[in-house]
Amino acid sequence: MPPREGTYGLLAEFDTPGDLIRAARQARQDGWRRLDCYSPYPLEEAAEAIGFHRNKVPLITLIGGLMGGLAMFSLETWISTLAFPINVAGRPTYSWTAFIVPAYEWTILWAGLSAAWGMLALCGLPELYHPLFNAPNFRDGATTDKFFLCLEALDPKFDLLQSKAYLEGFQPVSVVEVEY
Amino acid sequence: MATKEVNPDIQRIDPATGEYRVIAPGQTFRGVTEKITRIVLTPHTPLGWFAIFGVGGAGATMLMVALVWLFLKGVGIWAISQPVAWGFAIINFVWWIGIGHAGTLISAILLLFKQGWRNSINRFAEAMTIFAVVCAAMFPLIHLGRPWLGYWVFPLPLTMQVWPQWRSPLMWDVFAVSTYATISVVFWYLGMIPDLATMRDRAQTKLSQYIYGMLAVGWRGSVRHWARYETASLLLAGLATPLVLSVHTVISFDFAVAVLPGWHTTIFPPYFVAGAIYSGFAMVLSLAIPLRKFYHLENLVTERHIDNCGKVMLATGFIVAYGYGMEAFMAWYSADHWEAFTFWNRAFGPMGWSYWVLITCNLAIPLTTLWSRRLRNNMLYMFILSIVVNTGMWFERFVIIVTSLTRDFLPSSWGTYYATRWDYMTYFGTVGLFIFLFLLFVRFLPMIPMSEIRTMLPGAKIKPKVAAEAGD
Repeated sequence: MPPREGTYGLLAEFDTPGDLIRAARQARQDGWRRLDCYSPYPLEEAAEAIGFHRNKVPLITLIGGLMGGLAMFSLETWISTLAFPINVAGRPTYSWTAFIVPAYEWTILWAGLSAAWGMLALCGLPELYHPLFNAPNFRDGATTDKFFLCLEALDPKFDLLQSKAYLEGFQPVSVVEVEY
Repeated sequence: MATKEVNPDIQRIDPATGEYRVIAPGQTFRGVTEKITRIVLTPHTPLGWFAIFGVGGAGATMLMVALVWLFLKGVGIWAISQPVAWGFAIINFVWWIGIGHAGTLISAILLLFKQGWRNSINRFAEAMTIFAVVCAAMFPLIHLGRPWLGYWVFPLPLTMQVWPQWRSPLMWDVFAVSTYATISVVFWYLGMIPDLATMRDRAQTKLSQYIYGMLAVGWRGSVRHWARYETASLLLAGLATPLVLSVHTVISFDFAVAVLPGWHTTIFPPYFVAGAIYSGFAMVLSLAIPLRKFYHLENLVTERHIDNCGKVMLATGFIVAYGYGMEAFMAWYSADHWEAFTFWNRAFGPMGWSYWVLITCNLAIPLTTLWSRRLRNNMLYMFILSIVVNTGMWFERFVIIVTSLTRDFLPSSWGTYYATRWDYMTYFGTVGLFIFLFLLFVRFLPMIPMSEIRTMLPGAKIKPKVAAEAGD
C-alpha cells in the first residue's frame, strides 16, 4: 500500500500535447517508472511514451463473450432436451440451429459487459478520491484543455527538490507539489 | 471555361489538413468545453425548453392514463381481435426499435469506419436509441394481456417447472432486445464518463459536483486509462455492429418465420434493417435540426452533418425501395396464388390507401429530392422530410401487419381493423414520453461528446516530428 501522507508527486502542466509527449518520453528515458500523463482526450502517443503499450481489455472481453455464449447455449440445450422437452411436430429436441440466436446475443451481451467492467476494473475505477484532485490547476485543466505529467513520489529516483528542478527543465507552465 | 473549373468545395476544405471540414474553424478546447457545459450547468433553463417539456410531459401523462385503463380493462380496449391480434402494439414496437438503430449505427459502425463527423452527433443519437428502446420495449409487455406475468419469458427456475420454447423467434426477440438495451446503455454511459468528469470539474454548485462526481467514477484522464478506454470503446463498437444488425433481423423473423402470405419471405431481414436505419436517421434529423438551432450549435453540428445524414438516408432508402420492389416481384415470380393476392390487396384492397401513403412518404418524396445538395442543405426542408419519412416508415409496419393479417388463407377468417382512441393515445403517448426523456437528457447531460470533439480540433494535432520520435 502506498503511504497515505506526505507528497504524492510533482505535477507539471503543459499547454500542448507535443510538449507533454516530449517531456514524458525524456523522463521515461532517464529512468523514471512511476510516472503518468493526463490529457483531456485520448493521447495514444503519450501512453506509448511512458511505456504503456498493451492492455488486457481485449482478453477480458474475449473470455466474457465466450462464457456468455457457452452459458446460454448450454442452458438452451439443457432446457430443451432434459428439463422441459417439447415435441413440436416431431422436430428434434436438440434443435441447435435455433439455439444459436440467443447464444449469439449473450455472447455480445457478456463480451460488452466484460469490456466495460474490465476497463473500469483495470483502471481502478470507481475511485472517487485521488490526490491529484487536490491540485487546483489539475481540476481546472485536466478535463478541459491542459496536459499534465506527474512524477510520483514512489519512484526511487524521486527527490522533491531535484525532481522539481528536473521538471522545470522541460519548461512547463507550472510545477506543483501534490499532497495526499 | 477556366472559371467553371473552380472547385465549389474549396470553402469546405480545411487548408491545414486538406480534408473536408467537419466542424467550423476557429474552435478551441476551452471554447468548445464551455459552450457544451454551459447548456447543462446554467441555472437558467430556456423558456422554450419548458414549453416542449410541457408537450412531452402531457404526452407521457396521456400514456399513463391509457396504460392505467389498459391494466384495468385489458387489451380489449384496443382494436386487436381475430384476425388482427398484433395491431398498433407491434407496429409501434417495430417502429420505435427501428428508430433506435441509427443511434447505434452512428456510434458504432461509423466509429469502426473512422468517420470523424459522427463525433458531434453520436451522444444524442445514442440517447435517442435508449429512449426509443424504452418506448419499444414497453409494447410487447403491455400487449401480453397479463403483463404481470411478463417474467415468464425469461428462463427462470419457477415452481411450475415450465421453461421457454427456444425454437420460437419471439423468444429470440427477448434476448435480442434486452441485449440491445443493455449494450446501448453501457456504450452510452462509458462514452460519457470523460465528459461527466469535465462536468464535475466545471460544476459550480455542491449538489451538481456530487452528482457528476459520482457519475464520473473518479475519471482523471490518465493516458493509461485512456488507452484502455479507447480499446473498450472500439470493442464495444465492434460488438454493437453485429448486434444492431441482429436485432432487427430477429424482429423480422417474428414475421418471416410465420407462414402468412406477405410475411413469409427471405428479403425481410435486410429490408427491415435498412428500413430501421432509414427511419433512425430521419429521427436523428428531427432532433438535430431543432437542437442546433435552439442551442446555437451550428459550429459543431454543421450543415455537413445534415448533408451526410441525408446521403445515408438516400442509400438506405434505395435498399428499402429494393425491398418493396422485390416483394412485388416475388408476388408475381413465385406464382403463388396467395402471395399474389396479398400484394394486390395491399396496393388496391380496402386498406390500399396506406400502401400509397407509404410509397409517397418513403420513396416518392425522399428518393427524388435527396439527390439535390441544395435541398439537403435546407434545414427546414430536411426537418419536414424527416417527419415525412418517419410517417412513411410507421405506415410500412402498418401495411405489413394489418394487410397481411386481415386477409388470411381462408376468406372466412378475413376481417378488418380500425384503431380505437386508446390505440392512438398509447402511440402518441410514447412519442410524448420520448420527447420528455430526451429533454431531460438535453438539460442534465452533455449532449455533444466533448472529449471526442477535442480530438478533431487543430490544437490536438501533434507535430509529425514529435509523433515520429514517440514511436521509437
